[in-house]
Amino acid sequence: MKFKILPFFLIIFFCIIFYIFYKGLLNSNIYVPKNNTEIDIPIFNAKVFNSNNELNSEKIFKDDKFYIMNIWSSWCVPCKSEHPFLMGLSNQENIEIIGLNYKDNKKNAKKFLKELGNPYKIILLDKHGTISIDWGAYGVPESFLIYNKKIIKKITGPIDKDLLIEIKKITK
Amino acid sequence: MKFLNYFILILFLTNLNSLRAQDEDLQIKITKNLRCLVCQGQSIYDSDSEFANSLKIVVKQKLADGKNEKEIYDFLKKKYGEWILFNPEFNKNTYFLWLLPILMFIIGGAIIFRLFIIKNK
Repeated sequence: MKFKILPFFLIIFFCIIFYIFYKGLLNSNIYVPKNNTEIDIPIFNAKVFNSNNELNSEKIFKDDKFYIMNIWSSWCVPCKSEHPFLMGLSNQENIEIIGLNYKDNKKNAKKFLKELGNPYKIILLDKHGTISIDWGAYGVPESFLIYNKKIIKKITGPIDKDLLIEIKKITK
Repeated sequence: MKFLNYFILILFLTNLNSLRAQDEDLQIKITKNLRCLVCQGQSIYDSDSEFANSLKIVVKQKLADGKNEKEIYDFLKKKYGEWILFNPEFNKNTYFLWLLPILMFIIGGAIIFRLFIIKNK
């Protein structure tokens, strides 16, 4: 009797291991950070585009108003596809769009805005990409919908039609 | 006496060097334990993506600000989740992961003990 317990135990053990690995095989191995919402926005200082002044983030984001913090760059191709949607949102009265120019060349950025329009109320510079890390971003474009100094929605990648509708629904 | 002075000077200089090297070593150690989220599977230390280069600067700045290793990990965990660390921490989600090798070692040892040592007796 004693000798029959061991093989039985081993078979069950390997079945469990097989199940775990089989399950793991089907999982997507591309990780996307959890969309941590309802977290406070970071406080930072940044240089303003087209001027030499530094601006503190506390002076930008006020209560009782919606803000979209959009990380963009002229070298980023998906930024071009989301630009018309940002232009559309910039007409909405209760939203202010703040741009964060990510590791960009000033000349190219100016050209980009001249060609496609400027939806941003303020553009801040992130020359080394360190401010984006403060925001928990890891690429361009990324957008954050902000209300009362809290991030209520995080969008990784370009804004598209569906996301635009969702943003309009939230900000109504 | 002169010899002693030189000796102290050399000691001082070598210590200074090692202090800087320590900071650099720690920076390398930290960036090797951080996962690049853009080129997944590579560490921040190995990667040359925009994100990795920025993160290297952030780690350097934080170390210069006097933050220790754990504080830097906590900061990044808050921003990106625990996945950014290569070394999973010991918590209720990872008990099984960390304890499984020990458990297997004990069970394996017990099997060997039963099969060989008791049998031989």
